[in-house]
Amino acid sequence: MNSITSKDEKVFSAINVILLAVFGFICAYPIYYIVMGSFSEPMEMMKHVGEFLAKPYGFSLAAYKTVAENRMIPQGYLNTLLYLTVGLIVNMTFTSLGAYALSKKTMALRNPIMLMVSFTMFFSGGMIPTYLVVQELGMIDNWTAMVFPTAINTFNLIIMRTSFQELPEELFESMRIDGGNEWQIFFHIAIPLSPAVLAVIALYYGVYHWNSWMPAMLYMRTRENYPLQLVLREILINNDLSSMGGNASDGDQEYISATLKYATIIVATVPIMCVYPFLQKYFMKGVMVGAIKG
Amino acid sequence: MLKAVSGNAVQTTSKKNIAQRIKKDLRKNKTYYIMLLPLILFYLIFHYYPMYGAQIAFKDFSVGKGIIGSPWVGLKHFESFFNSIYFTRLLGNTLVINLMDIVFGFPLPIILAILLNEVRCSAYRRTIQTVTYLPHFISTVVLCSMVKEFTTRTGLINVVITMFGGEPILFLQQPEWYQPMFVASGIWSECGWSSIIYMAALSAIDTEQYEAARIDGANRLQQMWNITLPALLPTIVIMLIIRCGKIMNVGAEKTLLLYNPATYKTADVIASYVYRKGILDADYSFSTAVGLFNSVINFIMLLSVNKISNKLTGSGLF
Repeated sequence: MNSITSKDEKVFSAINVILLAVFGFICAYPIYYIVMGSFSEPMEMMKHVGEFLAKPYGFSLAAYKTVAENRMIPQGYLNTLLYLTVGLIVNMTFTSLGAYALSKKTMALRNPIMLMVSFTMFFSGGMIPTYLVVQELGMIDNWTAMVFPTAINTFNLIIMRTSFQELPEELFESMRIDGGNEWQIFFHIAIPLSPAVLAVIALYYGVYHWNSWMPAMLYMRTRENYPLQLVLREILINNDLSSMGGNASDGDQEYISATLKYATIIVATVPIMCVYPFLQKYFMKGVMVGAIKG
Repeated sequence: MLKAVSGNAVQTTSKKNIAQRIKKDLRKNKTYYIMLLPLILFYLIFHYYPMYGAQIAFKDFSVGKGIIGSPWVGLKHFESFFNSIYFTRLLGNTLVINLMDIVFGFPLPIILAILLNEVRCSAYRRTIQTVTYLPHFISTVVLCSMVKEFTTRTGLINVVITMFGGEPILFLQQPEWYQPMFVASGIWSECGWSSIIYMAALSAIDTEQYEAARIDGANRLQQMWNITLPALLPTIVIMLIIRCGKIMNVGAEKTLLLYNPATYKTADVIASYVYRKGILDADYSFSTAVGLFNSVINFIMLLSVNKISNKLTGSGLF
């Protein structure tokens, strides 16, 4: 009897491990394929078209060289960094100040303002009226359009407010008795005591700016202002390789483009993949906070 | 008469009171209101002003005349949307895509979490977790470009299909294959990440329950069925309700990246249609009407979902 159960156990465990391996393989292999493809010799790659890749066909950094020589990608990187940095500063300032003030129960207008804020989670004017407002404010083709229309994410604001609410009021009171004003309390108590939530929210905003391309497509006209993701869209989705420099003859273009695209993908994804392992626990904390308090 | 006068008097004093109270409140909480200033300005300018501007859905808006100056036309734009072929097409596509995603995409993270929960070797479990989270960190543009590359005649997905003896399928060129690919790519990128919430629910299960079940002679499958699944049920119900609340909503981003004129018939959803009509054709009033219709539907969906959640779980979502 006992041996049968343990045999059952073993079969169960084995099936489980295999199923998970399949899950993992499906998630990982496409990414692996792109990485290996990006290092392949373009011509070798062409010969083996329609086959699985276990390792690069040949080894070549040609694709990366082309990417590096491209004008648009570094420009896109710079723009994304600019929008991300300025955006993050505005996001965090607006959100933390607002969240802190809204965590105070003494304000008479707290509930009306909270209602005004929450209502936007359920109803919005829509894409076109928002576009018209941005246009009316003269923000088209300007970095401000990448920063201010998304200055506060209501969801993030509510998470942060809840976190500020949980700080013990006695701490603030003692600082008040010592003669500290509200700004000092905010900067010297509320902010230093909330590192986790600040990190999670900053991360959320950061990832948003890194991935965002719709607002840029709507509001940016000049290609020199495009963030990285919009440049990627031109190259990868619209197949517009014109910005890729013309050092390949027309016939080679099509085949080179596969490795070139893979290299572009890698160059654009590596930064976030590099920070991901270090920040994974914050990301997951964020998911939990959002799920419980949303 | 007397009553009215005295009523009036009460009103004026209370009005005075309110003014005084507001003054007092503003003085007392001055710093807080200054801190709130950016927030209030933000919501007024970028949320409430557009809501006010959404009235152009009932007008024939022209940039020259402005929002106020443009003439009212009643429900003209709504009627022309309801009477066009796009109405049923867009709603149909939205529903089909979401239903497919609920049927195939919703259970997978749960299955993944349960399987992960059964792994005894924690190093293996952590490796699989990390690997399945990876696709979540690929940006939408890159995800869609991968889909595009992999669905060419010799792309990775077709390599797999031909390996099993099938004919290559050009998923993004054939209307009947677009939706499955749209849904599948979404599942690929989010499945692992969505399992986190279930993993957390599973970590709260008391291990003594398994202990007791083992002593009673339950095998691993029975334990899974009788302990793990019931423990997950509340989370599953809440997540399912939230998911169903979004059933009339397909984001514009992926659609705009993946569709092309050949697949408009099955790919087009409200958001992408609004973009084409509003931004590309500059048909502001009509596209605002379509967008407003969608906003109203989503609003109703959210309210009903909240009500259902209240009834089922005793607590609303908001």
